[in-house]
Amino acid sequence: MKQIIELNVNGESYTVAVNPWQTLNEVLREEINLTGVKLGCGSGDCGACTVMVDGRAVSSCLSLAVEMVGKEIMTVEGMAPSGEELHPIQESFVKKGAIQCGFCTPGMELTALNLLNNNPSPTYNEIREALAGNLCRCTGYKKIIEAVGAAGQKMKEASERKTS
Amino acid sequence: MRLSHFDYYAPTTVADAISLLQSKPDAHVMAGGTDLLIKMRHAGLKLKTIISLKSISGLNTIAFDETKGLTIGATALLADVAIHPDILKYYPTVAQAARGTANVQVRNMGTVIGNLCNASPAADNAPTLLAMGAEVHIQGPSGKRTVPLDQFFKGPGMTALEPAEIVTAVHVPRLTPHSGTAYISLSARGQLDCSAVGVATMVTLKEKVCEDTRIFVGACGPTPIRVPKAETIVRGKELTDDLIDQAGVQASAEATPITDVRASADYREKMVAVLTRRVLSQARKRASE
Ligand SMILES: Cc1cc2nc3c(=O)[nH]c(=O)nc-3n(C[C@H](O)[C@H](O)[C@H](O)COP(=O)(O)OP(=O)(O)OC[C@H]3O[C@@H](n4cnc5c(N)ncnc54)[C@H](O)[C@@H]3O)c2cc1C
Ligand code: FES
Ligand code: FES
Repeated sequence: MKQIIELNVNGESYTVAVNPWQTLNEVLREEINLTGVKLGCGSGDCGACTVMVDGRAVSSCLSLAVEMVGKEIMTVEGMAPSGEELHPIQESFVKKGAIQCGFCTPGMELTALNLLNNNPSPTYNEIREALAGNLCRCTGYKKIIEAVGAAGQKMKEASERKTS
Repeated sequence: MRLSHFDYYAPTTVADAISLLQSKPDAHVMAGGTDLLIKMRHAGLKLKTIISLKSISGLNTIAFDETKGLTIGATALLADVAIHPDILKYYPTVAQAARGTANVQVRNMGTVIGNLCNASPAADNAPTLLAMGAEVHIQGPSGKRTVPLDQFFKGPGMTALEPAEIVTAVHVPRLTPHSGTAYISLSARGQLDCSAVGVATMVTLKEKVCEDTRIFVGACGPTPIRVPKAETIVRGKELTDDLIDQAGVQASAEATPITDVRASADYREKMVAVLTRRVLSQARKRASE
């Protein structure tokens, strides 16, 4: 039986009717039309479906929508704070040529955000390890890792400017 | 592929979860769902009812006490176990095993207890906890009980849980002084996939003598298995490299690996000797620090 629930996505509240077996991925894409969230393997292996839930990167293909009530969900569409300027991670992906077909990009960027929030200056290997659950079928890993490193640098400088 | 249809309940107390399990015998408990939902989607498991443990307050607690030791609650996330300061300090191998499970996203959803209850012979969090003499706290219709982890696994996907029972926590005692632990696992894709073979040990030294040890091998039998004859080789004796080599050979003889998608039986058998050697010398080093 469908349940009416309220989801907080990218700072906005959405009322949706969902079945218990509907995943967060299905509801975000099909009910709320946030198609930046991708579906790849459906089994936790590829990271294309990554979203942030309460500040943690999770696989939306393995999350039930009914379990998301009261949580803050962020998709790639909510990354840029003003909606006009890109988030430093997004900017860095564009500048460094870390995007080819773009299918893995939303998941990569959100996983990068999860990393940089916990570790503002990760080493090359820490970035690789953090992105280990995100596959890029275009295999542009080197540029992606560079982009994440550069974004971390930029975010750190920006936050230092703010506090000084 | 969509999930097949099921009813979903999120009780807020352990007692409610148990009553629900009693009234719906075909129900399954779910913590992170990273094993359960995949079995439904890709392995044809059809469940009528899922009972989520995530709304039960207090069940995600990680508590450390100087004398009592460590308690990890049923819904504590792998990601939180991996970075918990007390676990890093007093139980570094427990943190290492959690950190070596799956990827960031899965560790942000999955639990240590789910890894144990799923009862895969390759479960990455089992060997270390077994070597450290952990026990599971169980609650069910007839009350609470505690089962040593080395009596919990009964076969692939099978545990000592009776109908309507759930695991509420796993408890790990404090290491005795001059003890060290180690866990090493191998798999085709690093930490991303389940281990093809893994060995964990705990070693207690008195001077140079190995006063006690426990050695467990993962992914080489229907459950993670203990290798008692290998332990006997080193127990009560000076822990020399030579003896460690002998223990490795014996552990390999005691393991009963099969060939599957992750590795051949032959490779596993060889690696049990290598890994046993490595974990024993690592644990020896840590015990003497
Ligand atoms: C991409 C990917 C990679 C993975 N890599 C690894 C890996 O490297 N190593 C590894 O060991 N595992 C790995 N796994 C498997 C899985 O992530 C872990 O086993 C995880 O710890 C399971 O926890 P969970 O909370 O998600 O369990 P769930 O899926 O919620 O539950 C698993 C089983 O345990 C039962 N259960 C859960 N909690 C309880 C309880 N409290 N009482 C009674 N029964 C309970 C459930 O009914 C179910 O049968 C991987 C999974 C994925 C998707
Ligand atoms: S679609 Fe979710 S991890 Fe691949
Ligand atoms: S850019 Fe195409 S999958 Fe990564």
